[in-house]
Parts: sequence; structure tokens; C-alpha cells
Amino acid sequence: MTLGGWIVMLLSVGGATALLVWCLYKVLTTPGSEEHLHGQVDIHTPDMDAE
Amino acid sequence: MQQRKQRETWTTRLGAILAVTGSAVGLGNFLRFPGLAAQYGGGAFMVAYVCAFLFLGLPIAFAEWAMGRYGGMHGHNSSPGIYRVIWKNRAAPYFGVLAMIVPVGIYMYYVYIESWCLAYATRYLFGAMNFGADAERYKQFFEHFVGLHAHGESLSTPGEGLLGSAVFFLVICFILNFILIYRGLSKGIEWFCRWAMPALVICAVIILIRVLTLGTPDPTKPDQNVLNGLGYLWNPVKTPAMLAPGEVPKSFWEGLADPEMWMKAAGQIFFSLSVGFGIIITYASYVKKDDDIALSSLTACAGNEFCEVVLGGLITVPAAFVFLGPQIGSQLSNPFALGFMALPNVFNQMPLGQLFGFLFFFLLFLAAITSSLSMLQPAVALLEEGLGLNRRASVAVLGFITAVGSAGVVIFSKDFVALDTLDFWIGTFAIYLLATFQTILFGWVLGLEKGMAELRRGAEIKIPEFYKYIIKYVTPLYLLVVFLLWLRQNFVVTSPEQNRIRPLFTDPVVGGLAIFILAVGILFALLIAQSVKNWRRIEASQEEVVI
Repeated sequence: MTLGGWIVMLLSVGGATALLVWCLYKVLTTPGSEEHLHGQVDIHTPDMDAE
Repeated sequence: MQQRKQRETWTTRLGAILAVTGSAVGLGNFLRFPGLAAQYGGGAFMVAYVCAFLFLGLPIAFAEWAMGRYGGMHGHNSSPGIYRVIWKNRAAPYFGVLAMIVPVGIYMYYVYIESWCLAYATRYLFGAMNFGADAERYKQFFEHFVGLHAHGESLSTPGEGLLGSAVFFLVICFILNFILIYRGLSKGIEWFCRWAMPALVICAVIILIRVLTLGTPDPTKPDQNVLNGLGYLWNPVKTPAMLAPGEVPKSFWEGLADPEMWMKAAGQIFFSLSVGFGIIITYASYVKKDDDIALSSLTACAGNEFCEVVLGGLITVPAAFVFLGPQIGSQLSNPFALGFMALPNVFNQMPLGQLFGFLFFFLLFLAAITSSLSMLQPAVALLEEGLGLNRRASVAVLGFITAVGSAGVVIFSKDFVALDTLDFWIGTFAIYLLATFQTILFGWVLGLEKGMAELRRGAEIKIPEFYKYIIKYVTPLYLLVVFLLWLRQNFVVTSPEQNRIRPLFTDPVVGGLAIFILAVGILFALLIAQSVKNWRRIEASQEEVVI
């Protein structure tokens, strides 16, 4: 592994990790975020209620 | 008491994070990304990849979330209805055909690949994947399993029983997907993701630790070690130890000047973040008016990037290089070859390979199913809105359409002709069209002020001001350039044998599939026409009430 390889890997891996950690920090420290944060999979589709 | 309450809050928030990132992680993270990064030389590819993430992926994700919630506030959950609310033009809802055909068409072959992962995981569990050190046997097994040599080959399983039947695993995956979709997202999938996501990350971390501690497994081949494996993926220029016989190394700048690499990086971002699929816009329509969408979409993208760059990037290619050496170069352009032919050989040579093989393919299966589940909701929303069907009937109709498409993929398996045709025309061409339409719709029709106000309402992070100019000017221009390059490569400068138009008229399977895609498109267009009639009737009755 060359110096360039180390730099590319550390920047890529570090950048992706830092972005995720920052997002997790924001989610975990913002009051009420568990109520207002949504992923595709936990969104309630009201059509289910009609069943 | 207060401590307990605080712990419960954290658990709920972690659950929310897992659910947010769960749907974003898919097969592309672990199979496609590492192959592309290594193929185009880590450094140059990452430049194109980061640009595509910042200027295409994130802006389009933000736009889809904002437009979706905007449409939902006006009573629409399907893309055609949302487009009609934003753009007061008779043609607007008919662009929704793309937003239907992309997720449904991709589902038809995605679920088949998902079933291979389940099949491989099951075979590892029962110890049926040990073919010895001969790489050719892994290749032969996969090619026969998926029917690469003859149409319908995968329907027969001589001497293998159910464990060797791709159709058997496809049926299991199909039923599992539809049960979860039928039960509804919040009721069916949320609990699944809250278990599946941690399981996926734990599986990936265990495999990652194993790969990074492999050292030099074969002392007679000192160059095939972990560091060189990492270098094979990340080095901007390959060193002599990483070159296959006759291979000429490309410089960083030569790599950066390759238009094909920029197209592949953009395609990877689309596929990986599920942007331009018509999926996010549908889900966002169900979000409450003042709920956050900015941090939600950024967290989903961040979770996806972590799984892709950190876990995907550090596992697949380094492991394959350590055991197979520079010869893996010939397999990088084909993610199936890397995942389903090279890696089983790697696991076979690795201590506790059966366990790690099972974990890896089970991980892929979890990643795949959390993505495939979300591909069906856009069409379910339209069937409910357009025909007034209930959820059960909508899921049944969609089940029939996708079953016909998936059956085509299984039967016309020679050289992956059906899978490749769907992937090219729907998984690439239609995605570019849809992404471009949605970007223009957000930046130029809905308008930046209105669009950004929608994105910022309830947001738990501040989107930088300059990002609105990126969405309006840079993203459409970037899309246009990449799309023109893609058209040039596939239709202009290519050889007659590789031209994608010709087989539509000369190959009966490709032509037949094109007619099938067209028929599904017409069906969705008719459904949209019916929906428009219904919406007009409702609007007219509301106006009468007001008068």
C-alpha cells in the first residue's frame, strides 16, 4: 500500500465515518428527534388502517 | 426513574436511526462499490464518487423528500399526484409512469439477486458450498445455478434438490417480501429493520475484523497480503505486485479523465442512495407536516455511505486479493463474479470459512431485502389512489405483475439477457430520465424558495444557503453531461455488436422484454389517467361545496 493509498483510504473511510458520527450526534442530542425523524421503512402508511 | 426514561429515549432514537439507515443499505454497497473503486483506481474513483454524492445524490434526495411531503400535504401519496400538484400541466402526472416503472422493474430482477444471497447463505449453513480449491468449480456452480449457459437452465437442479434450486429461493423471497409489504411498512418492516440492521452491521464488522487480520495466509505468495489487498482498492496507481500479467497501470490523472468512470460513479450513487427511483418521494408523502426531513435524509445517506465505503470497501476486494491475487482484476467489472464466484473461493481458503461465508451472504440478503421491500410501495400507492383498491388487492395486482417479470428474468437467463436488459433500460436509462425530471421539477417548477422552505420546515439541521444553487444549476447540468456521455458511449461510439438499440429488433428475448416493459408502462399510464379523472371529480365536488 502506497502513501497515496493510505491518504485516499483514510480520507474516504474517515469522511464517511465522520459524516455518520455527526448525524448520530445530532439525532441523539436533539430533543424530540425520535418523534420527528423518519426513514422509509418506519413511515406509517394510513392505508393499513382501512384493512 | 429519570435515568430509565433517558435510557428509553435513547433506545427509541437509536431505533429511529436504524430504521432510517436500514432501507438505504443494499446489495450495491457490498458488491458493486468495491469492484468499481478497484477497477478505476481508488483515488480517481473516489473523487468522482464524492462529487456525485455531493452534487447528485444529496440534492436529489433532498428534493425528493421535500416534494414528497409537499404532495402529501395536498392529499397525494403517489408520484403522479405529487407531480400534478407541483406542476399544473396536463402532462405532469404522466411523468409518473417513470416513477412506477423504475422501482417495479428493478424489483423484478433485484429480488432474484436477493434470492441468490439467501441460497448461498443457506448452502453455507448446510455445508454445501465446499467445492475445494479449484476456482473453476465455483464459477461452474454459479453459472449453472443462475442458468447462464441456456435459457431455463436454472429451472433444473440435477442431484442438488431444493438447495440447488434458484427458483425455490426466489419463491421464498417473493413470499417474504409480499407478506412484509402486505402487513404494511410501520407494522411489518419496522420491527424487521430494527433487528436486521444491527445484525447486518455486526455481521459486517465480524467479517471486516477477520479480513483485516488475515496477514499473509500463503507464505509462498508474500505479495498477497492484507496491506496489498487494501492497496489494490485504494492506491491511486497500482504497484507492480498488484498488476495482472500484461496490465498497464493508469496514472491518477488518466483515471480522472475517463468519462466512463464518472458515469459509473454517478450510477453507483443513484443505485446506492435509491435516488431517481420514485421511492423516496412516495414515502415522504406520508411524513407529517412539521416533521424533520433534512436530518432524516442526511442520516440515511450517511448510514449508506458508511456501509458502502467503510464496510463494503474494506471487505470484498482486499479479501479476494489476499487469496486470489491480481487475477481478480478480470472479475471487477462484474459484481456477480466478485461476490458469487471469487468470494466463495476465498471463504473456502479461510479458517472458519463456512461460518464467515454464511455471515457474509446472510448480510447481503438482509441488505437486499430491506431495499426490495421499499420498491413496491410507489405502485401500491398508485393502485390505491387510481383504482380505489384496498391494500390487499393492490398488493395482489402488483404481485402478479412482478411475478411475470421475475419469471422472465429466471427463464431467459442465458448470458443474463433478461436481467441485463431490465438493468440497462430501467435500472440506468429510466433512472437518469426520472432524476433529471425531478430535479427540474424541484428547482425550476416548484421554485427554490418554496422548495427550500419545505425542506427547512421542521428541519433539525440547517441546510447551507448555497445548496439551493447547487440543486437548481449544478445538479441538472451534471445530470445532463453524464447522461449525454452515457448516450454517446452506448449508442454512438460503441461497436455494432454492443449497440443497445439493435437487439431490440434482432433478439426476440430483448424485443419481447421491451414490449413487456412498454405494456407495463401503458398499464401505469392508464391507471394514471383514471387517477386524474378521480382527482378532478373530487376537486370539482370540493369547489361546489365551497360555492
